[in-house]
Amino acid sequence: MEQKTKIAAENGKQEIVITREFDLPLELLFKAYVESEIVEQWMGTKVLKLENVKHGGWQFETTDPKGNVVFQANGVIHEIIENQKITRTFEMENTPFPAQLEFLEFEKVSDQTSKLTMQIVYKSVEMRDQMLKLPFAQGINMAHNRLQDFVNKLK
Amino acid sequence: MRSQITALYLQSNNCTMEIRRDVFQAIADPTRRAILSLVALQAMTPGTIAENFSSSRQTISKHIQILSECELLHQTQNGREIFYHLNPEKIKEIDHFIEPFRKMWDEKFNKLEAIMKNYQPKK
Repeated sequence: MEQKTKIAAENGKQEIVITREFDLPLELLFKAYVESEIVEQWMGTKVLKLENVKHGGWQFETTDPKGNVVFQANGVIHEIIENQKITRTFEMENTPFPAQLEFLEFEKVSDQTSKLTMQIVYKSVEMRDQMLKLPFAQGINMAHNRLQDFVNKLK
Repeated sequence: MRSQITALYLQSNNCTMEIRRDVFQAIADPTRRAILSLVALQAMTPGTIAENFSSSRQTISKHIQILSECELLHQTQNGREIFYHLNPEKIKEIDHFIEPFRKMWDEKFNKLEAIMKNYQPKK
């Protein structure tokens, strides 16, 4: 089965490219990126601010069921052209990770399908690799110590 | 961020689709990780594994089944008893660190797609 979402991360480069084809008309795909209520649903985060204009800002925040803030991110919209592209920065707050630059390109494939290409540029190759490992590390960090030791021995 | 990603991992318990992805789902569950750590030390029967947990035998048996389907566990027969072993080759696959990242985005995009398929424009 071919994977719908693909990640290209060349060794030694400080960028990655995420591509995904959607069974959605281009206009609906783009809408999912600019309407706060929709972004909230699929990103699973609260949208505090989303100004879809040049020089506009955005701000997301996620809280756990107890109301503690577990994730905060913000950035600036550098360029936005409806149904074509969004260029923006992304920065996670309260983390050592520096801001990253994101180029999102929206393309029509057919009347009912569309494609998103998301190029993310990081401050350095090391930062890129750390960001890529984040979900992996979170899965493993919670693992039982003995299991983790076992994995380390296999390396 | 952490809880968000964890939630994504826990969405599916099913290992019948793509094996490589599912290794991560298998280890996302704390009970299954505990089972793996037990079996990492020595091969065990399902009964011995279950004795280490307060959950019911059926629950533990279901977890063992998922781990076996993901090939994280191997079984051998010794007389009437079945012993479960850890499959080190499969554990190594967990090292393909980019897969959880891809999966995180894939799940988000699947959600986006599902939401927009049901999208009704506001009047």
